[in-house]
Amino acid sequence: MQVNGEFRPLIVAFCCNWCSYAGADLAGTNRLNYPADVKIIRVPCSCRVNPMFVLRAFQRGADGVILCGCHPGDCHYTSGNYFTRRRMTLLFSMLDYFGIEKERTRVEWVSAAEGAKFAKTMNEFVEAVTKLGENKRLEDLRCKK
Amino acid sequence: MHRIGVFVCHCGTNIAATVDVKAVAEAALNETGVVFSADYQYMCSEAGQTLVQDTIKEHKLTGVVVCSCSPRMHEATFRKAAAKAGLNSYMVEIANIREQCSWIHKDMMSGTEKAVILMRAAVAKVKLNAPLTPGQTPVTKRALVIGGGIAGIQTALDIAEAGFDVDIVEKQPTIGGKMTQIDKTFPTLDCASCILTPKMVDCAQNEKIHIYSYSEVESVTGFVGNFTVKIKRKARYIDEKKCTGCGECIEKCPMKKVPNEFNLGLDNRKAIYIPFAQAVPKVATIDSNYCIKLKTGKCGLCSTVCGAGAIDYTQQDTIIEEKYGAIVAATGYNPINIEKFDEFAYSQSPDVITSLELERLMNAAGPSNGTLVRPSYLSNQHDPEAHPHTIVFVQCVGSRSTECRKGSKEYCSKICCMYTAKHAMLIREKYPDTDVYVFYIDVRTPGKLFDEFYRRAVEQYGVHYIKGMVGKVAPKADGKLNVQASDLISNEQLHIDADLVVLATAIEPDKSARSIGTMLTASMDTNDFFTEAHPKLRPVESPTAGVFLSGVAQGPKDIPETVTQASAAAAKVIGILVKDQLTGNPCVAHSDELMCNGCSACEKVCPYGAITYSDKEFRQPDRTVAIRRVASVNPAVCQGCGACTVACPSGAMDLKGFSNQQIMAEVDAICR
Repeated sequence: MQVNGEFRPLIVAFCCNWCSYAGADLAGTNRLNYPADVKIIRVPCSCRVNPMFVLRAFQRGADGVILCGCHPGDCHYTSGNYFTRRRMTLLFSMLDYFGIEKERTRVEWVSAAEGAKFAKTMNEFVEAVTKLGENKRLEDLRCKK
Repeated sequence: MHRIGVFVCHCGTNIAATVDVKAVAEAALNETGVVFSADYQYMCSEAGQTLVQDTIKEHKLTGVVVCSCSPRMHEATFRKAAAKAGLNSYMVEIANIREQCSWIHKDMMSGTEKAVILMRAAVAKVKLNAPLTPGQTPVTKRALVIGGGIAGIQTALDIAEAGFDVDIVEKQPTIGGKMTQIDKTFPTLDCASCILTPKMVDCAQNEKIHIYSYSEVESVTGFVGNFTVKIKRKARYIDEKKCTGCGECIEKCPMKKVPNEFNLGLDNRKAIYIPFAQAVPKVATIDSNYCIKLKTGKCGLCSTVCGAGAIDYTQQDTIIEEKYGAIVAATGYNPINIEKFDEFAYSQSPDVITSLELERLMNAAGPSNGTLVRPSYLSNQHDPEAHPHTIVFVQCVGSRSTECRKGSKEYCSKICCMYTAKHAMLIREKYPDTDVYVFYIDVRTPGKLFDEFYRRAVEQYGVHYIKGMVGKVAPKADGKLNVQASDLISNEQLHIDADLVVLATAIEPDKSARSIGTMLTASMDTNDFFTEAHPKLRPVESPTAGVFLSGVAQGPKDIPETVTQASAAAAKVIGILVKDQLTGNPCVAHSDELMCNGCSACEKVCPYGAITYSDKEFRQPDRTVAIRRVASVNPAVCQGCGACTVACPSGAMDLKGFSNQQIMAEVDAICR
């Protein structure tokens, strides 16, 4: 997306309800800034994120997708984030093969106490995606109005 | 047709300062399906909630979106408000425009823009929301406590006190657990039996408590409120109802050479035995591994002397089935096996003992009747050499170990520092002629009156505490033990000729814990301790609903902590048992049986065992009936993580409240 002649990426962040969504809330409570380009979708667990959702986001024009979950071993549902880790490793390497650069996709563990880590992660991620520019590779032009 | 109402909160200036709330409310009206939008100073206030309720009634809303603070804050508030106005409470969605928008962005334009997008996503989602009703399941008002140590006893007593039936399953012939083997307790030095045995008797006498001793849990099925448990009652070859515990049979039993596990093998018992005088239930048990009658068919002396006619050599293991509403795992601990710790010569010298063995040696009911003797002189206690003069205690044997030696543990066993101080103090008090050395890495004494206790051992009783580890214990020809150790503070190598070496062995969860954990689908850590639902805020609950943790099964702890946790677990159990119906979380997975191909992928990823398969009949297009294997989710067990929804290759599995369509709609709305 171009805003005032400047590229602003569109980032979709999936956050698990128990750790990362709370971590994002804490970043807000502590007034830690990160770019407004990040839009958060709440899911019960990071393992709820179907690879389909990630593909859909890229298809609809997202420039980067990040998944945040509880730290390994801390999953509210005991093992959900382990599934996430494996599924997304596979998905991201496949996307890389398709031409969606590895920097556009990321899995990060953010606990409910790590507001600062959440903000830092988002800042870094937005910066990395901004450098890469717009994602055209998977974008389905039929979806554009 | 959708009739959605959007309510935008100012939150004073918290939101309104960086988000143009009026613009957000206006933008909402452009969304299809939105029939009403408003902004208000404080949506969560009484007036704000009234506004939401009145609008629901007036505009006949089918869905509500509140753009406000985090759903973790006020989702419940608005759901309640909607329910009061007659709208299903799950038809409410929150757009988080405070914590995740206004508070992190400084620029009004980008803040407003983002708030509009978040509002859009919430509207897109709420349009796909379905009214949900939390499921109700009846509760079996009976609890099961696995393990009859002090943890299980206290839990059972507290549950029974509240008026509920509770069963204790204990694999040993008597309840009481490890605490029965302990002589004195720190830091008050009162005798363990004196405080434990009355509780054991209370258990036996309480009408609400049923003790299954010499029994094991065989299988567990079901879920919170409705567990079905099979209990194996091992054959003890005694009719429990007839046996009076008189001990006549034990007197007459000719098989005398059975290592007595109650005294840790320091002396022998008979093949028919009662573990100790205050056992509950006080019923004899025949050890089938040693009984001459059971092994060869000859003998049968015990049955001839038993006046009650309680002996039954034909008894078999029996399986009974019971239903429970909640289960407490209180499986306890054991000291680790230290035979691999060659440097301490534990297997070579009888005078190298574990701390638990020392407890038995110091106990009046122990093999030496409470006189401290060197175990090598147990059969000859009056020998002047029997009395130990120099005693060396070694701490952290197998605990806090970074080496990957078999059996050693990385964690601190927590109780060893205190019981070693207790042993040292008791020995110095009773035998002032002894020299007592304690080798330690650190002395850890957090706890009420604990440090005072340890200091008393050092200052008042003159116990020699030496910071350093023992490198080797070498048995000498004269029967003494040469202890080679380093003193880290004076940086000296020490050689001590000791009469007795006591090893403070690490404790580990009982071997049965792993299989019980698997049966309960309760998660465990790498050390086989049960994992708590939350390490700080839910420390006595297992992540599996209806399963609670008590005592060392959850982690190393001393008696006061165990009792505290036991009572806490009981309180949690009572919280379930007082309810007639349990209300579940309606955001659970469900399977579309028409799409399910019976592949079992979902069953494998479910951490709660909530998914089962069954054969069902389906009418085919050609009017024949086919039988297919399909998945079904038990909503009472499902916790709603959604792992199955992604594992499902046919898309049959979906999660209510966070359905594939709903999340996809959110993605679409954000990427529009």
